[in-house]
Amino acid sequence: MTRFDKVLVANRGEIALRVMRTCKRLGIRTVAVFSDADRGAPHALAADEAVHLGPSPAGQSYLVPEKLLAAARATGADAVHPGYGFLSENPEFAAACALAGLTFVGPGPEAVRLMGNKRQAKLRMIAAGVPCIPGYEGGEQSDEALAREAERIGLPIMVKAAAGGGGRGMRLVLAREGLTEAIRSARSEAENAFGNGELILEKAVVGARHVEIQVFADAHGAVVHLGERDCSVQRRHQKVVEECPSPAVDPALRAAMGEVAVTAARAIGYLGAGTIEFLLAPSGEFYFMEMNTRLQVEHPVTELVTGVDLVEWQLVVAAGGALPLAQRDIAQRGHAIEVRLCAEDPSQEFLPQTGRVLALALPSGEGLRLDHGLARGRETSPYYDSMQGKVIAHGVDREDARRRLVGALRRLTVLGVGTNKELLLQVLAHPTFASGAYDTGFVPAHFPKARLAQLGVPTPRQVAVAAAALFHQDAEVLRVSAGLSRALVNWNSAHPHPVSMRLAVRGTEHAVTLRPASADTYDVECAGELVRLQLELEGDALRYACEGTSGGAVVARDGAALWVDWGDAVHVFTDVTLAPRRAAGRVGDGRVLAPIDGKVLRVEVKPKDLVVKGQLLVVLEAMKMEFQLCADLDGVVEVVTVAPGAQVGARQLLVSVTATP
Amino acid sequence: MPVIETKTDPSSASFRQNRADMLAQIAELRAIEGKVRETEARARDKFHKRGQLLPRERVMLLLDRGAPFLELSTLCGMRYHDDSDGSLAGGNTIVGIGYVSGVRCLVVGNNSAIKGGTMSPWGVQKTLRAQKIALENKLPIVVLVESGGANLLYQQEIFVPGGEAFYNQARLSAAGVPQICIVHGSSTAGGAYLPGLSDYVIMVRGKAKVFLAGPPLLKAATGEIATDEDLGGAEMHCQVAGTAEFMAEDDADGIRVAREIMAKLAWARPAAVSVARAFEEPRSPPDELAGVVPVDYRKPYDCREVIARIVDGSDFLEFKELYDAQLVCGRAAIEGLPVGILGNNGPITERGSVKAAQFIQQCCQSNIPILYLQNITGYMVGTKAEQAGIVKHGSKMIQAVANATVPQLTLVIGASFGAGNYGMCGRGFGPRFIFAWPNSRTAVMGGEQAARVMSIVMGEKMARQGNPVEESVLMAMAQPIIDQFDKESHAWNCSARLFDDGIIDPRDTRRVLALTLSICAEAGARELAPSTFGVARM
Repeated sequence: MTRFDKVLVANRGEIALRVMRTCKRLGIRTVAVFSDADRGAPHALAADEAVHLGPSPAGQSYLVPEKLLAAARATGADAVHPGYGFLSENPEFAAACALAGLTFVGPGPEAVRLMGNKRQAKLRMIAAGVPCIPGYEGGEQSDEALAREAERIGLPIMVKAAAGGGGRGMRLVLAREGLTEAIRSARSEAENAFGNGELILEKAVVGARHVEIQVFADAHGAVVHLGERDCSVQRRHQKVVEECPSPAVDPALRAAMGEVAVTAARAIGYLGAGTIEFLLAPSGEFYFMEMNTRLQVEHPVTELVTGVDLVEWQLVVAAGGALPLAQRDIAQRGHAIEVRLCAEDPSQEFLPQTGRVLALALPSGEGLRLDHGLARGRETSPYYDSMQGKVIAHGVDREDARRRLVGALRRLTVLGVGTNKELLLQVLAHPTFASGAYDTGFVPAHFPKARLAQLGVPTPRQVAVAAAALFHQDAEVLRVSAGLSRALVNWNSAHPHPVSMRLAVRGTEHAVTLRPASADTYDVECAGELVRLQLELEGDALRYACEGTSGGAVVARDGAALWVDWGDAVHVFTDVTLAPRRAAGRVGDGRVLAPIDGKVLRVEVKPKDLVVKGQLLVVLEAMKMEFQLCADLDGVVEVVTVAPGAQVGARQLLVSVTATP
Repeated sequence: MPVIETKTDPSSASFRQNRADMLAQIAELRAIEGKVRETEARARDKFHKRGQLLPRERVMLLLDRGAPFLELSTLCGMRYHDDSDGSLAGGNTIVGIGYVSGVRCLVVGNNSAIKGGTMSPWGVQKTLRAQKIALENKLPIVVLVESGGANLLYQQEIFVPGGEAFYNQARLSAAGVPQICIVHGSSTAGGAYLPGLSDYVIMVRGKAKVFLAGPPLLKAATGEIATDEDLGGAEMHCQVAGTAEFMAEDDADGIRVAREIMAKLAWARPAAVSVARAFEEPRSPPDELAGVVPVDYRKPYDCREVIARIVDGSDFLEFKELYDAQLVCGRAAIEGLPVGILGNNGPITERGSVKAAQFIQQCCQSNIPILYLQNITGYMVGTKAEQAGIVKHGSKMIQAVANATVPQLTLVIGASFGAGNYGMCGRGFGPRFIFAWPNSRTAVMGGEQAARVMSIVMGEKMARQGNPVEESVLMAMAQPIIDQFDKESHAWNCSARLFDDGIIDPRDTRRVLALTLSICAEAGARELAPSTFGVARM
């Protein structure tokens, strides 16, 4: 077996760091690559060498095989680890590496290519005796033929556009009555959306779980599996929480699924780390969905439970070595759960979030693992995946791991960029998740839009604390810059008077009145509730005492915005105290003046006309431009002073509208 | 270091009694101020409905969060003119020294929540005093304008003295003290010159009204028919007349603009005073100031007990302690700023006079400010004093006070009677700042003393005319005199007439002095950029 001296990690963020960690442990030198946006990023700094690839868009940097090969050449790397995503499942890149004399840490191009084509993959699996979801992929497309096939497969059934994607042209049919209608509407939608009305049918597995098997194969014919991962907590086909073992898999089922997975890997002459994804029905039946020919995002849960460093195995196998363990030596110890921390806003359709990391607090402790690419002061860029890192907890059992993970997440603070932390905590705390009896319908069923919309909404008490914290922070900044003694802070020589504040959170304004009672104590009123708050602000750590109870939060200031992490939720309070009130709804005085010297083109109203706010009254031409002058309130036209063709001067009154009472 | 050893026992009955008495007077002061706030609050709905903020809300929003605010003369005009019960005290203006965008400045706000912000005779005087403070202390001014103009019922007390406000504005501009003006509402007729003479003018759209003659007056004068907006709206002034430099969408927006302007004045603190100073807190807590002084000025106490609670480390280097015991002089520091202090432990003697005069000259020689702690019933009288030259020596002291070249601060902590008021730098002697405690009394003499003098004079007159001296007549004559003096010398009344810059809570004394001393120090170190004409609006 050869050994690698230097590995180029063709990726970024947490996975690049994770791969380098193992390389370092094994004494292998590392080469990082980075784009413009990633200059100075943690992964670029962590490597022994770093090569600049080019502009920020991945299509001009991380996804350009030539640039990566050139980087490998320039640094003398002898292997390329692709991580996941980017070029990890690109057969041309794998082939190009081989051609350039570099070892691609992954399977051969053929396996990658094969598994990249869903139809071919499915056919090969069927041939290998791997159970696949029963369905119909035939050419006959008449209503009758489809209905007949549907009957054969058995309801419930999914009707899908052959060319489809994104849920369009997709219908779930639960009963025979709706079948024909579903076929017709799906076809028409598919024709409209994709210009191709071809449909396929698939058995709908109701209440299924997403359970995948980690397999590993070496070049000497050995194939093993390292157990399963349950990834059923998904939102729109994106995994949110993963765990190992699956609450739905017992040793017998594990053995059965593992055996099928190994068979599948053997059938295609697989090499390295791979994952076979199955749909697991409540009945215990399972069906092949697809195979991922790379290291998975969620691989840490397998590592924590099996004690195997999968990246180390990848390097061993890629170097031609034999798998370090035989199947009988692989055992699961305890339970591990992982959550994906993403820079996204679950309340706004999971819109990716960008921003500079203002504060970062990372939990550590027994059984905890954090794989992340975050760094204080770094910008989370819009160019790449929104996933910033993973928090993984390992415990003696599932509940132990779950509690540990909840504790870790509460202590994890990322401020400056919005994340899904609050949603993750709510998922972990949900009784259905806690029970383990969940399926892929868990997120849509328990976290519908209405519930997601409530994420990031503070309580009046939280608004009060935030207002006091903003005030207190401003006071502290002034105390230092103006050289004030503490005795003079918050001091007013006369009868004290409250100051009003307006804080905006997610577009909603909260009115607060605040009266300093001492240098660190405030009487704050919000939403009719008056509380006395005592604050202590040490760096970004906020402690507050309120009516005998106390609490803590991590805060970060970004101009007018105060980010507060309360542990179970993060809010951004924007100080809009001095911002002008919203222009919308502003009512004018009804006097329409010429904005500029010009000629009246049209007059749309006459005296006594009823007009509404925004209604066009006069069109003025000046400087070859047309100015449309509209009513600024609802009312009655009182005076029209001009007629079409009139030359008017700037600020000349044209129309006067009297407000209707 | 010479530390004043306090002889006060905070657990003693006398201390507790003093404290209870003083706290009751402070509560009375706050209650008066509170009543004025209630008067203002009654206008809240009206203002908010119009999309406006109450004047006090404006001031609070303008000020930096957490910064000290030294509000001046909250009792101005109390019980004068229209104010029958004190609920309109303050002269319809809010004046104070605060911080705006980190800059220490003087804030003047028309209190349009009370009588539409019309100028009262005492309100005019308060404004003039504010301008004088700004000029002497080189403090930028922010004026928040919304006023119905002069109260015509009192025009003869307002019109001519009020002209000085415009004179002051022009002088301030020429002196290099910038004035920022936010026009939140009406500022018409004479009031139009207020923004007109300001260096930076912000007008609130749809609310500001700045013209010499409004529609009715105009119609009467020339027959022209025009609207408020045409004559003096924010848009007109910003776009056409050029009277305003900035337009704001509403009150809060105007305040935001004013804060932006202040931030960009580059009004940096002079290097000499910009460093935070290290200092020791007084060894005796300032909070005890409420209990060390009896509220009745006739009861003696040692003014060192007060000094021990206001100066750093209670460290006081006494000057000529053995030469005269009744006028205490010495050097100390307050929040690291050096100060010479004169305090009374009895009437001023001829020896005390020359001691004080010498001490004042020393302070001037070292260029350190002087603080007067007034508790003075007057200069010593009697043949012994007269023959010792009390008039001659007292005059020297007064000469020294009047001609001192350093900033002088005065605090009326008890009696301020007779020539003692002058010798201890009363209002007439132009102290930079003068504040009073609630228990203080200021008059030519105490009420009982006045009554006694009057009855002696009367008795002698009766005797001269050969009439029998009737004690009952003299007694009946005395009481109204006592009542009149008590009423007139009361701290509330003296403050209403601006004999001081405001009543303070004795427990705040160290804060007030620290702030005012630092204002004086900053002014002393600041170089203005004066011009001969000021900034003229083109």
